[in-house]
Amino acid sequence: MEFKRKNKTQLLSKIATNDRHGENSPYFDGWKAYDNNSFHPTQNPNGVIQMGLAENKLCFDLIKKWIMENPEASICTAGGVDKFKDVAIFQDYHGLKEFREAIAKFMGRVGGNKVIFDANRIVMSSGATGANEKIMFCLADPGDTFLVPSPYYPGFARDLRWRTGLEIVPVDCKSSNNFRITRAAMEDAYEKAQKWNLNVKGIIIANPSNPLGTTLDIATMRSLVAFVNEKNIHLVCDEIYAATVFDSPRFVSVAEVIQDMDCCNRDLIHIVYSLSKDMGIPGFRVGIVYSFNDDVMLCARKMSSFGLVSSQTQYLLASMLSDDGFVGNFLRESSKRLAKRHYVFTKGLEQVGISCLTSNAGLFFWMDMRPLLKEQSFEGEIELWRVILNEVKLNVSPGSSFQCFEPGWFRVCFANMDDETVEVALNRIRAFVLDRENQESNRSKLCWRKKHLRLSSSSTRLYDETIMSPCMISPHSPLVRAKT
Amino acid sequence: MAAISKIATGNGHGENSAYFDGWKAYETNPFHPTDRPDGVIQMGLAENQLCFDFIEKWLMEHPEASICTAEGVSKFKETALFQDYHGIPEFRQAVAKFMGKVRGDRVKFDPDRIVMSGGATGAHEMVAFCLADPGEAFLVPTPYYPGFDRDLRWRTGVELVPVVCDSANDFKVTIDSLQSAYHKAQEANIKIKGLLITNPSNPLGTFKDKDTLKNIINFVNEKNIHLIGDEIYAATVFMEPEFVSISEVIEEVECNRDLIHIVYSLSKDMGFPGFRVGIVYSYNDTVTSCARKMSSFGLVSSQTQHLIATMLSNDEFIDNFVAESRERLFKRHKYFTWTLSQIGICSLKSNAGLFIWMDLRKLLKEKTFEAEMDLWRVIIDEVKLNVSPGSSFHCHEPGWFRVCFANMDDYSMEIALSRIRNFMVKNNETMVPPRNKLCRRTSLKLSLSRSLSRKMDDFIMSPSIMSPQSPLVQART
Repeated sequence: MEFKRKNKTQLLSKIATNDRHGENSPYFDGWKAYDNNSFHPTQNPNGVIQMGLAENKLCFDLIKKWIMENPEASICTAGGVDKFKDVAIFQDYHGLKEFREAIAKFMGRVGGNKVIFDANRIVMSSGATGANEKIMFCLADPGDTFLVPSPYYPGFARDLRWRTGLEIVPVDCKSSNNFRITRAAMEDAYEKAQKWNLNVKGIIIANPSNPLGTTLDIATMRSLVAFVNEKNIHLVCDEIYAATVFDSPRFVSVAEVIQDMDCCNRDLIHIVYSLSKDMGIPGFRVGIVYSFNDDVMLCARKMSSFGLVSSQTQYLLASMLSDDGFVGNFLRESSKRLAKRHYVFTKGLEQVGISCLTSNAGLFFWMDMRPLLKEQSFEGEIELWRVILNEVKLNVSPGSSFQCFEPGWFRVCFANMDDETVEVALNRIRAFVLDRENQESNRSKLCWRKKHLRLSSSSTRLYDETIMSPCMISPHSPLVRAKT
Repeated sequence: MAAISKIATGNGHGENSAYFDGWKAYETNPFHPTDRPDGVIQMGLAENQLCFDFIEKWLMEHPEASICTAEGVSKFKETALFQDYHGIPEFRQAVAKFMGKVRGDRVKFDPDRIVMSGGATGAHEMVAFCLADPGEAFLVPTPYYPGFDRDLRWRTGVELVPVVCDSANDFKVTIDSLQSAYHKAQEANIKIKGLLITNPSNPLGTFKDKDTLKNIINFVNEKNIHLIGDEIYAATVFMEPEFVSISEVIEEVECNRDLIHIVYSLSKDMGFPGFRVGIVYSYNDTVTSCARKMSSFGLVSSQTQHLIATMLSNDEFIDNFVAESRERLFKRHKYFTWTLSQIGICSLKSNAGLFIWMDLRKLLKEKTFEAEMDLWRVIIDEVKLNVSPGSSFHCHEPGWFRVCFANMDDYSMEIALSRIRNFMVKNNETMVPPRNKLCRRTSLKLSLSRSLSRKMDDFIMSPSIMSPQSPLVQART
């Protein structure tokens, strides 16, 4: 029988054939380079070091110790198998009650116990990826728009837009004021959207910020809340890095801020949370939507059927996060280790004249490479990036992939490797910068270097002071071709 | 208040269906043998609870399957970090192998085509997003699983066009009915992008023979539309003939494989709905690639991938499990349908699934859906059984009910049967035919040598299982 083979793309949906999945971004190109030539201290010492993946690998020893001491947390041990059946058949989209309670308590502790989260408002999703997409489905129709302060996480382009049909308009934040989100910038973006006939439904912020590693101060938070109330649009706060805050100022959740704002319409306020960054367990796909709007909460709960957390995982985490002693110790220790790692890196870079945005959170820092650009343009940035990737052999993420308004900034992850790899990475950067400097005959660049270079011998002490983290190999990217 | 989306304010979630009303009745008064012996028995939830003892025994013998045991904790970190949307290779390989085994190893599945999703719920939505634009439609033979209304339509904007099947030919899907539905859609200016079949069928408990599948494949090729085969009940086939998968048939007919896609899950075959293991298996490379990217919205927990990878890689366990599960389903089904036939209740002849399609047309006061709902309310409120009315499955004819039998222990089953018997006697409906006269529709093929020589009471005592909780359970504080 003859059958017609029409043009393949006509057979499929527009969603399947457009590129709004976002994987053509340079953010992912670096991973591909890394996947082809991955660093290993002995097997491939000249390979690419992965500094483009925001993973938190610093505290697995604590988690593993807890697991060994609490076999009943698993439904596969003698201590827990009597729960296996109940858990395996549990598909109630409300989630295990103990899981919701434990998550609510954890979120409260991460927020410094300044606010109590209601366990009945905890709605599951498949990671923050699923949570962000879901909240968009609940709040906006295809063609509607969300404002997003730049620089922002490249995954938002996919999570917020791909299957939802929404648009994003960036709120441009600039280095001249440390990328703060100003009222003027928000108004500007809002007006721009209106001029383009776009219906703005809300603004989504990440606090702490990815890629900046900074937390929003209370004044900015209040300004945001006031802005959305005035415009009668939604505020979505992605707080997935909340427990990675390692220095002052402390983390302040939007939940805390609205407690003191009677004028705030709570139906506009929604939080996205996840354990992927704070606990370092992205594989477990624990995403949370916490909305103060009852209709949104109910809708999101029904939608969670498309991405529930595995009941096996709910059960484990319910047990773990209910252990107050463990949680307290984990949060303290994690902050401490992040602080030390951050210090080692930023100090090491400072010594070769590279500055970073002052930050107090996150698993990365925002590196200022503007002085090293051959020209102050995004082409210059990509040219420098290719050099860093191919010659220095570090996968860092160029600011343009975060929609940064200005060229020359790079996000560099620091919590996804062991101490030895940190040292190798710093040495490579040091060598590169000095080499690049030597190539320049520009007097102003030499002056700049003299101003910033501190020829102290303290760098070796920094390594001794850091906690010896367990041996970690540079990680695999999410785009890794599965090895058979 | 700022408006929320149309999706959020509409009824596309489908929860206003009668399918869920019964659950609500159950939730307020659930049966318990001692605490609440007059409560409602849940027979509206298609769960497979018959083989947990088997699985639990295997777990105790294989501590390395868990990343939380001394034997498995060395894998904890790499597993917890693993978010690659390709999935753990061993997981994909194990699932591919299991899918092959469930089809009698007559076909091999490629692990590189295994794509994860958030249960079959997530898989269906994902396939719809890949294949159709808002406003476009899929044909779906009736009666069909009520969840399709949500899974395929709610957030995608895709429509469903029913292909009416009726009892006159045991609800078989015919080419005439497909052509009729297709042309009706064309006349209404609805663009059909594909045909979705559930095979084995929910709620019928039957599966399609090879000729029917060949005809279906020819139909989709002729129309150049997609075929989605939901095969999530593949391993619940408990009686001959052997299940035939689309994957086998396409080896035998000329077919554009870019049109062929399978949805699978472990929720029914293994009894693990809580683990959210959904699979999309497409023969179309673009769809595979797109679905894989989309799976970020519903990956299987790596902790669960690790467990499943270990379990399904164990050939001996799987062979024994599949055989044991079939045996227990067969016995439960046989006892249930035989006892019903004794009290004059017939059901569609079936050999798969976790339910029967019960024929109560003769009990209707009139042949209408209103009368079906009246009867249903009586069954819920007086007989105290949550069964699912056929109208919630978009059945074209009133009077059919889906009744689940694999989600309870033997004691609950006995109570349910005695309640049905009492109801029939009370309503003078039972002719109580002599014990050796079986209802024609439930006549069993006496071909299996293993179990048929045993007496009716010689079936496996399943472990004590309480009537289960529905997905809509209000969390108790």
